[in-house]
Amino acid sequence: MTLELRNVTKRVGVDMHIHKTDLTLADSGFNVLLGATNAGKTSLIKLMAGLEQPTTGEIWMNGKNVTGISPQKRNISLVHQFFVNYPNMNVFENIASPLRVAGVKSSEITRRVNEAAEILRLGPMLKRKPSELSGGQQQRTALARAIVKESELVLLDEPLANLDYKLREELRDQLPALFAGRGAIVVYATSEPTEALLLGGHTATIYKGRVTQFGETTATYRMPQDLNTAEVFSDPPINTAVVLKQGKDFVLNEQVKWRGTGEANALADGQYTVGIRPHFVTPNAVAAGETSITGVVQITELSGSESVAHFGIGGGQNWVALSNGVQPYQIGTEHTFWIDTSRCLYFTPDGRVAA
Amino acid sequence: MAKIGLKNLRHSYSANPSQPSDYALKEIDLDWSDGGAYALLGPSGCGKSTLLNIISGLLVPSEGRILFNDVDVTLLPPAQRNIAQVFQFPVIYDTMTVYDNLAFPLRNRGVDEPHVDKRVREIAAMLELDGELKRKAAGLPPDSKQKISMGRGLVRDDVNVIMFDEPLTVIDPHLKWKLRSKLKELHHKVHATMIYVTHDQTEALTFADQVVVMQDGEIVQIGSPVELFETPAHTFVGHFIGSPGMNVVPCEIRDGAAFVQNMHIATANSASGIGRTELGVRPEFVTLSDAGLPVQVVKIADVGRHRVVETRAGDVRINVLVPEGEPVSVGPSHLAFDPSQSRIYQDGWLAGSRQ
Repeated sequence: MTLELRNVTKRVGVDMHIHKTDLTLADSGFNVLLGATNAGKTSLIKLMAGLEQPTTGEIWMNGKNVTGISPQKRNISLVHQFFVNYPNMNVFENIASPLRVAGVKSSEITRRVNEAAEILRLGPMLKRKPSELSGGQQQRTALARAIVKESELVLLDEPLANLDYKLREELRDQLPALFAGRGAIVVYATSEPTEALLLGGHTATIYKGRVTQFGETTATYRMPQDLNTAEVFSDPPINTAVVLKQGKDFVLNEQVKWRGTGEANALADGQYTVGIRPHFVTPNAVAAGETSITGVVQITELSGSESVAHFGIGGGQNWVALSNGVQPYQIGTEHTFWIDTSRCLYFTPDGRVAA
Repeated sequence: MAKIGLKNLRHSYSANPSQPSDYALKEIDLDWSDGGAYALLGPSGCGKSTLLNIISGLLVPSEGRILFNDVDVTLLPPAQRNIAQVFQFPVIYDTMTVYDNLAFPLRNRGVDEPHVDKRVREIAAMLELDGELKRKAAGLPPDSKQKISMGRGLVRDDVNVIMFDEPLTVIDPHLKWKLRSKLKELHHKVHATMIYVTHDQTEALTFADQVVVMQDGEIVQIGSPVELFETPAHTFVGHFIGSPGMNVVPCEIRDGAAFVQNMHIATANSASGIGRTELGVRPEFVTLSDAGLPVQVVKIADVGRHRVVETRAGDVRINVLVPEGEPVSVGPSHLAFDPSQSRIYQDGWLAGSRQ
């Protein structure tokens, strides 16, 4: 099973919503579309669903050109961020609705609805109306409908965004297994890098209407080919700064310089942008050869198990440090952080990865 | 500003409550000191909004009293309580300028113009709205509108308490961290008593000095962010705070010590063995090792800075966080638990600590 976008563009008025995109998605694991709000995720999903037509280019499903074919005539399921259920039908009928439309016989409907309800732990809720359900149960109902339909293409547009985060954690954990082995191509749009990593599969990073990179999720995360990809795929945001390579040294400013390691050593002298993920900038040195950087802590955050500090590195620029546990940062005071320089990524002035 | 006392509060939405489950709020008794930053944290339906409505005066509790600076306000309507509230969605006048929106609560109370001007400019500067003062609110993006809402809550310096009800719901993920830490900073500057209601642990822990964790209408723990992470008083707190949450593993008690599947696990506390007993340990404090509790590694999710490794001891799931670079593979392994961070819980509560 494959879904192909061939030279697809989408222009609305004078705005390019989607720049020329070539993308081939398969039915092995999730295909994550990762990007900020308005990057183009929903536009791509609408194009894939046939809800919108590409301005140029074609969409192929299993080797067949489906451009211009209406969504109703394609075998697809779509789950939105907002819970969409029929308010007048109970959960059973909501899940059964696509099967009723398709004229599936009653005994088969009962079997498939019960199976999906079992997987999504909706068994006790089948007789309730959507208004009597929690947000999580409503979204599970929408997901169950996508499962019973046995579509070739399942499009999930930020399906967990409106749920409490603990529920999000639970459903995110179950989703890949839910769709595994069903022979469907699953596309999942999200704005959260951590969600992409937890879902695994493949990830396309999207920045201002362009797919900047597509590949295995962890490979895209670890080996971004350009700065936009690295920025899209980092939460908290990746730290960047302009550095000068002079001989063996990378120079950020008079106080902060370090020796390049590996491929970075071979780079020609000149100007680069360094990118370093926040968890490689920590309040305690963890490896030999780390470089220190000192700045005034502006902002601190706690997620429970991790601490984040935003600190000034000069020139009005802030960097972010992320470390385990609860760190005793004092806002407005100077702290020293350690950079694991072996983890630095280097980009050319035009944003391509250099090392 | 005021200290707030909640004395033996209970609330039921049914006319004749007869059992504990009839109460949306079971028994709340606490004191909040003047000028503190507090968060009410819990999942949907835990009673946090009920409690907020009781404090603001939208709801009169079935039982108990609310004191502002030792004065009973239980029966006072919201308008007479002298409080400010910021809601999920921006509450502003679209046709007014940003300046007039911020000035409104002050002008409404007949504050003289020189004072209005001073205060509006102070608050606008704190919220980085000072460049937008002359603009109409209508044309602004959602996060700016919500900042105006916050500003309207903060602009009066004579309120007893400022309450925030999930104020960042409409804010884009990549802007959330800015506003989150902005609020913390504002608290430092304005010294008002602030209560922040949320289901999001990061928002609660970042904002508050003291977090009140609620479940099923009950307070399960009140503590600093460090206390909630390091010594959860209840398994719910351990599960709810941290991502992934604390592992909760059924255990047997023999002579006060914990045994999981007949293997002794050293713990920081001991227990009598009465009731349901569980071992609570965070994934951060479990390691894969050559000896210890036999498990099967069933799933490895690479989230970049570490891997979330899912194991099974029999049918019990235990998560382990494995740092980047350490080898892990699916199949049989053993778990070691950090004794200083492993605790026994009895009927959900930390053994030996029931409040």
